[in-house]
Amino acid sequence: MKHIKSPLLAENLPQWRSRVLLLLLLAASVALVVRALYLQAYQSDFLGDKGKARYERVLEISATRGKVVDRNGDVLAVSTPVKSIWAVPEDAKLTPHEARELALLLELDVKELNRRLASEKDFVYLKRQIPPDVADKVATMNLAGIHQQNEYRRYYPNGEVTAHVIGFTGTGDAGQEGIELALDGALTGKPGSRRVIKDRRGQVVEDVESIRAPQDGKEVVLSLDAKIQYLAYTQLKQAMVDHKAKAGALVVLDAKNGEVLALVNSPTYNPNNRVKLAGAQLRNRVFTDTFEPGSTMKPFTAALALESGKYRFDTPIQTAPGKLTIGTATISDAHVHGLLTLAQVIQKSSNIGISKVALSFKPDDMWQMFDKLGFGSPLKLGFPGEVGGRLRPAKSWRPIEQATMSYGHGISVTLMQLAHAYMAFARDGDLIPLSLTRLDSPPLVGKPVISAQTAREVRAMLEMAVQPGGTAPRAQIAGYRVAGKTGTAHKLEGGAYANKYVASFVGFAPATDPRLIVAVMIDEPGGAAHYGGDVAGPVFAQIMAGALRTLGVAPDAPLKPLQMADAVKEGV
Amino acid sequence: MLRFNVILLLVAVICAIGAVNSNHRARKLFVELEREQARMKELDVEWNQLQLEQSTWASHARVEKIARDKLGMKTPAPGQIVSVEK
Repeated sequence: MKHIKSPLLAENLPQWRSRVLLLLLLAASVALVVRALYLQAYQSDFLGDKGKARYERVLEISATRGKVVDRNGDVLAVSTPVKSIWAVPEDAKLTPHEARELALLLELDVKELNRRLASEKDFVYLKRQIPPDVADKVATMNLAGIHQQNEYRRYYPNGEVTAHVIGFTGTGDAGQEGIELALDGALTGKPGSRRVIKDRRGQVVEDVESIRAPQDGKEVVLSLDAKIQYLAYTQLKQAMVDHKAKAGALVVLDAKNGEVLALVNSPTYNPNNRVKLAGAQLRNRVFTDTFEPGSTMKPFTAALALESGKYRFDTPIQTAPGKLTIGTATISDAHVHGLLTLAQVIQKSSNIGISKVALSFKPDDMWQMFDKLGFGSPLKLGFPGEVGGRLRPAKSWRPIEQATMSYGHGISVTLMQLAHAYMAFARDGDLIPLSLTRLDSPPLVGKPVISAQTAREVRAMLEMAVQPGGTAPRAQIAGYRVAGKTGTAHKLEGGAYANKYVASFVGFAPATDPRLIVAVMIDEPGGAAHYGGDVAGPVFAQIMAGALRTLGVAPDAPLKPLQMADAVKEGV
Repeated sequence: MLRFNVILLLVAVICAIGAVNSNHRARKLFVELEREQARMKELDVEWNQLQLEQSTWASHARVEKIARDKLGMKTPAPGQIVSVEK
């Protein structure tokens, strides 16, 4: 090879310069390798994710809220998909013809539609929760700037009949009242998600994987019987009109297994349309409101008397002269009855008779009995807002208070507590927990409260109360033996008892082997009648007769014309 | 040695085609599954709507009204009921 003679090359460069250059080049390539190793080995997951994020998307899959059905599978609450139409006003440039057509589909006024589309906002709802078929028609119009979104809407086919049990859901399909709130956890579905590959225009090109399958909410089977519930609703509503009452409540229990078969409040509301909802309509007098029960409490004191052994069914008690002074207060009966047996005290509902019985016991004995029966503490059925009523500690009872408590004043209870306590009489002395959901098998063990013998004797007394000579002959039912007790309580207003009443009736049938317990409460009957036997008794009889027929319970009494004698006025 | 290599190459090619094929089938099945799931959801929605419709038609208020007004039915008096013992 021939070398070119160059004056530049002729110069002898120092040896170190080429070495330094070589070293620099080597160092640079080592740095590159290290960097490559670092990215490949330590950062590969992070970078891989970043890459995927450019084309992969995670889609949410919605889950439906569970149904609520009654014990026979009739639907009481169900969610169905609906669509909401929304618009980006800036993008929506509709021709007058298109606007007219859209307004017609959405059942909106054209002016209203144009006003919304003229809004300055980026997002406006045009119409929420419309049926999917209407939404499809809107979609086929293919309008720019008009979009749809999927939503769910809860429907209650029985409307106001079941309003107070089922409750309703609020925004976002979350339970807000009643069963919808109590069992929200089970009813709510868990939305799932899946990973897809989307192209530049946002269309799904390929499915990658399902990350989490959506879990629909569970179906809740209530103990309610829609037939009995409807019957209870119509009868209570009728009674409200007949007696010009302010409010009313009613509950039907199965004495055999503790299931709640019907629960009605009046006034009620339509859960499908809650625009004009007022506080009074929302009140649930079965669970969350307490009242002074009046004479419906008397059988519990009678049970205490029998249980102690100090009294028998026919122990005589002097109620003459119809007035009894305890301390500075005087209590009275509506009628002067004279000498009554313990059973007759219950039958005729004598305040003086039961007060005398009550005062022969220590306050603590009475408190123990009331406490065992569940008064003063919530039933813990899981219903939202459940209260326990008021039962003051026995230490603080004055004799007059002990006397009035025996006939249901100075103590407050919920209607559910009262119905539950009567279960002790209907079930040979034990109490089983109540249930709002259908049970496959009845609870095996009950909590014994009184002896079976006492329960049977009180049952006999309660049967006398609905027969001629008792306070509620109008609670009789043809073909069945009925046992029950009336209550007529003065209402407390601003610390004093006013001339307003709460009429109630609690009873069970058939008396030979009680199957159903029905408790009725009518608040402030404004008509001519205000006694429990006249106001609440007939409601009880109607519902009990209908419910027994619905359930096919065999009659236990020979059929004979009912003797509807005038009711004995009970002590108020 | 060369023959062995060719065989190995063939095996590798077959495996590769198999992998592509099963991947393709998996995707097709996945799409099918998705479609069936969507259909299931659709049917479920329809079932809910039908149940809603049924309970509206069969509401106790409506049945009672028709039974009383249209068919002239009434609740039997206690004396008209004969219970059949088993």
